[in-house]
Amino acid sequence: MLTQKQLLDADVVIRGARVLDPTEKLDASVDVRIDAGVVTAIGANLDTNEHQVIDAAQLLLVPAFVDPHVHLRTPGREDEETVATGTAAAAAGGYCAILAMPNTEPVVDSASVLGSLVELAEQEALVPTGFMAAISKGQHGEELTEMLELAEAGAAAFTDDGRPVTSAGLMRRALQYSQLTGRRLGLHCEEPTLSSGGQVHEGVVSAQLGFGGYPSVAESLMVERDVALARYEEQAIHVMHVSASESVEAIAAGHAQGVAVTGEVTPHHLCLTDEAVRTLDTNFKMNPPLRGEEDRQVLIEALRSGTLSCVATDHAPHARQEKEVPFEEAPFGVTGLETAFAVLYTELVETGVLPLETLLERMSAGPARAYGLPVPRIAIGERANLVLVDPQASWRVSEDGFRSRSVNSWLLGRTLKGQVKTTIANGRVVFG
Amino acid sequence: MAEIRVMREDLLPPQQPPKRHLISIADLERADVERLLATARSFGRSLEREVKKLPTLRGRTVINLFYESSTRTASSFELAAKRLSADTMTVRSSVSSVTKGESLKDTVRTLASFDPDVIVIRHEQIGAPQLVAATVDAHVVNAGDGKHQHPTQALLDLYTMQEEFGRLEGLHVAIVGDVLHSRVARSDIQALAMVGAHVTCVGPPTLIPRGIETLGCSVSYDIGAIASADVVYVLRMQNERMEKGQAYLPSIREYAAHWGVTPERLRPGQKIMHPGPMNRGVEIDARVADSPDALVETQVRSGLVVRMAVLYDLLTQGPVNVANVAQIHEVA
Repeated sequence: MLTQKQLLDADVVIRGARVLDPTEKLDASVDVRIDAGVVTAIGANLDTNEHQVIDAAQLLLVPAFVDPHVHLRTPGREDEETVATGTAAAAAGGYCAILAMPNTEPVVDSASVLGSLVELAEQEALVPTGFMAAISKGQHGEELTEMLELAEAGAAAFTDDGRPVTSAGLMRRALQYSQLTGRRLGLHCEEPTLSSGGQVHEGVVSAQLGFGGYPSVAESLMVERDVALARYEEQAIHVMHVSASESVEAIAAGHAQGVAVTGEVTPHHLCLTDEAVRTLDTNFKMNPPLRGEEDRQVLIEALRSGTLSCVATDHAPHARQEKEVPFEEAPFGVTGLETAFAVLYTELVETGVLPLETLLERMSAGPARAYGLPVPRIAIGERANLVLVDPQASWRVSEDGFRSRSVNSWLLGRTLKGQVKTTIANGRVVFG
Repeated sequence: MAEIRVMREDLLPPQQPPKRHLISIADLERADVERLLATARSFGRSLEREVKKLPTLRGRTVINLFYESSTRTASSFELAAKRLSADTMTVRSSVSSVTKGESLKDTVRTLASFDPDVIVIRHEQIGAPQLVAATVDAHVVNAGDGKHQHPTQALLDLYTMQEEFGRLEGLHVAIVGDVLHSRVARSDIQALAMVGAHVTCVGPPTLIPRGIETLGCSVSYDIGAIASADVVYVLRMQNERMEKGQAYLPSIREYAAHWGVTPERLRPGQKIMHPGPMNRGVEIDARVADSPDALVETQVRSGLVVRMAVLYDLLTQGPVNVANVAQIHEVA
C-alpha cells in the first residue's frame, strides 16, 4: 500500500538520545543501532559496527510520524506540489509515511491513474506514500468507483476528500462494498446545503466581517449521519479534519455505541480560532474553517483523551498567485507537513497543555492504526522509522526554508521550538 | 554631467510612517470620526460659495478603481477629488484588463506605476482593499468590499444625521432589511455605536446574521420596532435573495407586506434614510421615499463633502485645522 523510491538502507548508530516510544512504553537515554535499515540493538554503549555515528545527546529519538491527510497535487497541479517535493517536505517534517488524497486532475478513480502514481512514487517518493482512491467516480457522488480493482492496484484507502459524499444512499453502498477491499473510508463531512457560500466559521467573526457563514452544524450533521450509517452497516469509518465540538460529541457518541469511528484533527484547528480571519490573510482560509475558542478547547481535549486519535496536516499547497487575491476569491487550504510537529510542540507541549507522549502517539501510532498501516515502533527487528528531534532548537518559519513547492503556510514569520534533525523512513535516511 | 553624490545613510530623511488607509470603520476611533465630520462640515460651507473648487490637493492623484457597478459612490469620489483640485481618473473593470483575466494584484501594480496618492477601490470580494494596501504605496480608501465594509457610506450617514438632529449621541436608528448581505449595515452599526447612538436591526430572521449584536446593536424581527426610532434606515432588498437555491424569503410580496416601510408604520417626525438605489414598493413605499422626511438626496450631498474630508485627511496627515481650510478657500 505504501511506495517509496529505491534508497540505500541505513547503517547507523544513534548515540545518547532520549529514546521515547509510547507504544513500546520505552523512555530511556540509550543508543540505537540500525543495520541495513533494521533496528538491531537498543542499549547503553553499543558497538558502532563501524557505522556512521550520530551524536544525539540532548535530542529526542521518537517513532517517525504518519500523516493520514496530504495533498500532493499530482497529477494535474505539479506547479503546486509533486510527489518528489511533497515527500521531501514530509521527510523534513519527520514523517515516515503519508497518505495522498485523490482529488487531483484527473481524480484518482481508476486503476490506470492510480497505477501511474504508484510508478511515479517508485521513482520520486522519498517517504513511503500511500495513494487514496476516490469513493465515487470523478468524486461526483453518484456512482461508486471500481473499489476492488483499485485496491488490487494499491489504493491505500478510499475518500472523496475535498467534497462530501452528499447522498446518504451512496454512502451506505460505499460502506457495504468497501468492506470487500479491507480498506477504510476517509470521510470529508460537510452538508453542502448548509455550507454553501460559506467562507469562514459562522459566528461572531463572520457576522461582524460579513462573510458567508459555514456553520459547525454543516459538519456535525454529516458526522452524525455517517456514524449512524457505520453503526447500521457495522463498518469502520474515519472522520477527516474534525473542526467542531459538535462533531467530537458525535464521534464520542459513536464510541459509546461501539461504532468503529476514528477522527483526525489538524494543527491549525488545534492552534487557531476564527479570530485569525480578521487579518483577512488568505493563509487563514481553510475547509473546514477555523472555529471558535470553545471548539478549539474541545478538539485539544479530544486529542488528549483519544476521542480523536490522529493529527493530520491536511497539507494543501496552493500556487502563490491563487492565494494572493482577496480573501473571498482564495482557495481553501494551507501547507503543514514541515511545521506540524514544531507548532504542536510549541503550542501544546511546551505550554503544558498536552503531554509529549500523547502528541507523539497521535502523530504516529494513532493515524497508522486508523488506516491499518504498520505502526512505527522503536523495537529490535523492526525496520527503522525514527525521527530525531531537538526539543530546544528554535527556528523561524520562512518561505525559503520550505521543501514543499508551495509556501501558503499560516506560520510564515513565526518562531517555533522543536526541530526535526534526522528522519529515517523504512530504514532509509531521508532527511538530515 | 551632473555630479553623482552618495548620501550618507544618517543624512537620509527619516522613514515615512506607514500609510494611513480607510478600509473599515473598525480602523477608526471616535476622535477620528468627529474630526472627519468637522472637516466635512467646513467643506460643506466652502461648497456654498459660487466657486466651489479648492486648490488643496493640487498635484495629487486619486485613482478610483471600481470592480462593481456604482453610480453615486463612483461619481461622488470623482467629484470630491475634483473639488479639491486633485487629478483623478476612474477605472472600471468592464473596460480594463480585468476582462482579459488580469489579477487584482497586477492591475493595481500597473496603476501604481502612475504614482497615485490615493486608490479608491470598490470590489465584490471581502479583503480586496487589504490586498491593494499590501501591494502599493498609496493611501487606500475602501468604497465597498463585498458584504464587509463601506466606511465612507457610514460617515456620510453620520454626517447627514448630525446635520439633521444636531447630535448623534443618544439617537435611535432602526436599520431595516437585509442586514446579512449589507456592508452598509455593518459599517453603520459600528460607526453609530462608536458615537453613542442606539441601533436596532429589524428584518426577517433569515437576513439577520447570528452574532450581529456583538457590533453594538439590538435585533428585532418585528417591524413595529421602528416606531421608537428617530431614524429609519432602509436597506435595499435584492431580488436574488428570493431566487431558487437562496430562498432567504418566500417572495417580494411577503417581504413588502411584513417589513416594507410604509407611511402607516411611521410616526410624524421620523426621518427616513436609504443608501440607494431604492426599490419602491419593496423595502420602501413610494410615499415614504418622496416624503419631506426622506433624507436620501441629502445623503448623496453629504457623500461629496465627507469624501472630500476623507481624501483631505489622508493626504494631509493628521487633524485638520478648520481655520486653515477656510483660509485656503479665501486664497482660491
